[in-house]
Amino acid sequence: MDQHLVFSSFPILSTLIFLPLVAALIMLFVNSERYCKYISLCFTSVVAVLSLVLIVGFDTETTKFQFAEKAVWISSLDINYVVGIDGISILLVVMTALIMPFCILASWSYIKLRVKAFLICLMVMETAMIGVFVALDFILFYVLWEAMLIPMYLIIGIWGGPRKIYASVKFFLYTLAGSILLLVAIIWLYWQNEYSFFIPDMMWHHYALGSQILVFIAFFLAFAIKVPMFPFHTWLPAAHVEAPTAGSVILASILLKMGTYGFLRFALPIVPDATYQLMPFVLWLSIAGIIYGGFTALAQNDMKKLIAYSSVGHMGFVTLGIFILNKQGIEGAILQMINHGVTTGALFLCVGMIYERTHSRELSMAAGVGKYMPIFVTFLTFFSLASLGFPGTNSFVGEFMILAGTFQFDIEAGRFPWLALAAIPGALLAAAYMLRMLQRIIWGGVDNPDQSWIKDINAREIVILAPFLFFVLWIGLSPGPFLDLIDASVTDLLQNLTMHRTHSLSLNLMAPY
Amino acid sequence: MDPNILPTSSLVIALLIPLVGAIGVMLKGAHENLREAISSVSSLILLVTVGLMVPQVLKGNVLYCKLFEILPNVTIALRADAMSMIFALVASSLWTIAVFYSMGYMRGLNEHAQTRFNACFALAIFGAIGVAFSDNLFTMYLFYEIVSVCTYPLVAHHQDKEGYDGGRKYLVYLTATAKLFLLPAMICIYVLTGTLDFSLNISDGMFPADVNKTLVIMLYVFCLFGFAKNGIMPFHHWLPGAMVAPTPVSALLHAVAVVKVGVFCTTRVMLYTFGVDTMSALNLGIPTAYFVSFTILAASIIALSKDNLKARLAYSTVSQLSYIILGVALLTIPGIQGGLIHIVNHGFAKITLFFCAGAIYVAAHKKNISEMEGLGKVMPVTFGAFGIASLSMIGAPPVAGFVSKWNLLVGSIQAHQLGILFVLLASTLLNAAYFLPVTYRAFFAKPPAGAAYNGIKEAPLSMLIPIVIACTISVIIGIWPNFMMHFVKAVTG
Repeated sequence: MDQHLVFSSFPILSTLIFLPLVAALIMLFVNSERYCKYISLCFTSVVAVLSLVLIVGFDTETTKFQFAEKAVWISSLDINYVVGIDGISILLVVMTALIMPFCILASWSYIKLRVKAFLICLMVMETAMIGVFVALDFILFYVLWEAMLIPMYLIIGIWGGPRKIYASVKFFLYTLAGSILLLVAIIWLYWQNEYSFFIPDMMWHHYALGSQILVFIAFFLAFAIKVPMFPFHTWLPAAHVEAPTAGSVILASILLKMGTYGFLRFALPIVPDATYQLMPFVLWLSIAGIIYGGFTALAQNDMKKLIAYSSVGHMGFVTLGIFILNKQGIEGAILQMINHGVTTGALFLCVGMIYERTHSRELSMAAGVGKYMPIFVTFLTFFSLASLGFPGTNSFVGEFMILAGTFQFDIEAGRFPWLALAAIPGALLAAAYMLRMLQRIIWGGVDNPDQSWIKDINAREIVILAPFLFFVLWIGLSPGPFLDLIDASVTDLLQNLTMHRTHSLSLNLMAPY
Repeated sequence: MDPNILPTSSLVIALLIPLVGAIGVMLKGAHENLREAISSVSSLILLVTVGLMVPQVLKGNVLYCKLFEILPNVTIALRADAMSMIFALVASSLWTIAVFYSMGYMRGLNEHAQTRFNACFALAIFGAIGVAFSDNLFTMYLFYEIVSVCTYPLVAHHQDKEGYDGGRKYLVYLTATAKLFLLPAMICIYVLTGTLDFSLNISDGMFPADVNKTLVIMLYVFCLFGFAKNGIMPFHHWLPGAMVAPTPVSALLHAVAVVKVGVFCTTRVMLYTFGVDTMSALNLGIPTAYFVSFTILAASIIALSKDNLKARLAYSTVSQLSYIILGVALLTIPGIQGGLIHIVNHGFAKITLFFCAGAIYVAAHKKNISEMEGLGKVMPVTFGAFGIASLSMIGAPPVAGFVSKWNLLVGSIQAHQLGILFVLLASTLLNAAYFLPVTYRAFFAKPPAGAAYNGIKEAPLSMLIPIVIACTISVIIGIWPNFMMHFVKAVTG
């Protein structure tokens, strides 16, 4: 086991995981809602700052899991508390830690009911989310994966909009249904691997193809629902629309990434032959998601729904990038996961700010607020343009890499680049629905509602949005430092995959793709 | 022989001037005079900055500056070579003229939202200068999109139904073509060649010899349609639709910032990404020339049918833009020279024509040509300038358009394309047919019965002086074409 790990002298990952839980425990004994807000803000900020240590101390040369920690948990079953990060997870961990303080700030005046309970839910959520990204033991992963459902269920179900019960139950059932087969797959892998739950031990074996395909299907259901990939996406718009702003931000920025993270961490390395077998299927499903998400977003009048469906499209690009299985595609996909977290998170925050003022998510009610909220619409313009992949912003870089990878995928195989060209309408649709929303909000039409009483965003709200803009432009103009972090791990992943591809080819198992 | 590459930061300064100007305008929007002082001062500084680069470029050097590295060989980088200078000089000098003109126009009509108008005007120039100085396809795409987004508020300026409809059409056409054609073309070019940089001369291009020919032809077609600002039919509809904008915007859109960005990008990519050698090898040039010939003739015929002066000018623009692409597509040295010099010549002439249309509207509130009979007698300067600029459009000496047309004709003969020669001549006749009657009727037709022109006099001086300057420049570069021809000749080597 230890050959996969680089241990650290200070248990930094455990600190990140458990600090929010400590905050939650402290808040149990604090009655003042005001203090609770400060405590949670303080703890999440500390976590955010500490997470930067990971970036500073990260070794970009090695492909091992770094900052690793190990402790025995249930020795009879060989279940251990093992955590560590590599290039695939580092950015997701840091993004999670950095976004949380802004979720607290965004709820500052938005949540009025049972503030303390809400903040405790957010804290538990943070523990589980960071844990999912760093867990290296499959049972630990699974426990945290399921544990996330409970606070999220409460966040939607208690603090949500009018149809909150429907949305929260749907969210819960969908995600739970997907993960039950995951558990079966985990146990099968445990049995195959001499009774070890250690994830790196399970990778790069030559399991029989039939079993691989079954395991892949189990993985696929769990992760595709989480991403969500078309046609498993129907829980997402409901959950997004009903969730409070902080809940939407967490859902969009972090939870969705767990699906694509699952593909990269589990599906590709554990069942590589099945991945090659089923990749055309996943690729065309991604294209379907890109187009479907785009068209559906174009038809929405509810701003949150619009952004929710845009997520389906954007995440389609991510799965496309992952499953073309080349360097540009996968690196672009990882970067795009971060980009989507930044831009969509920011867009949900923006919609929340409008909602706090107009108490409506309807586009027609927000028509023309640009005239009275110039600072706000300046931010919104940048985030919308980033979301549609405007050159010079973060999403453009991710989309460019994914599409370049897709072109390369076809051209190297000597085919006409149908796959890449099929994804292009998705980019067009993104421009269409985002510009439509932007035009409505800034300009509206000739019959705008009277909004002269609306006040522009305040200092707290500027503080919330400014860091997102900073990352939009930083990743957009100079993504080099981010790509350096993920490069070694992706290269290693692809090398191993190529070896398996040769193996599969020698078995003559390759489908036309 | 490859030219010297000189790293310099003056390119960044030139690029930032309009941006800083736009920010200044937004911040000082409440003070009308200060705001307009910022606009005009930044336009003058930009002109001087661009002017200072001229000697270096004329020596055959290429100024270069790298700003950001996005991915390996995908950078935001600026370059000033002879071709960039052609466009940068036109854009910066016409901005100066247009700023003064729009002050008179907007105040004359007491238009609303003048701060937004001025800021977006400067941002559009920021984009245009960025396009002119782009060192690679990515940078060009970036600024191309900036121009699209920043000119939307100018088109939708009036914020009535017509304005919103025009604006929507404008944005739909320009972003849809860019996303649908340009984006995949750019990415595929990157995958095939490993870079998005432009070549340093017009012959080599960037494609390796062993690349899939079908794919290259597809990419070429994508690039041709992707830059829909070039107004090639069938993606030209946004242009007449954008006529709802105030006239200084139409002047800016149709003479410089927008349409010239389109043709500049198209020709830049034709010459510096594909290159004359690749284009001849794949036989892309002459079919393109014939394809755009349709636009030249069809747009001229539509222009004949338009009574609204701005609409007629719009279709004239559609037609004239294709001259530029036709010239370059001939792939002969005179053809390319004629095409590129037409960027300059058409720019100065067309802005004069639009300025005149705006002056007529401000002074007499007339939009239709049929209502302008006899108006020349009370507005002789305006209509005189209109007449001279029309001659440039037609291609009659001694006005600038003659130089373009001469080179285009020589180019078509050298390429042994009699069909193209015929198209050029036919279009000259059509140009004459739709332009000359405007001046003729204004000066020589009798005013319709009951029309009272007593109260009408020339537009204010702040509008009249830019008209006269733009018109004079048209004549000067017609009589002494060598200054601008230096750059064009440097492009063709």
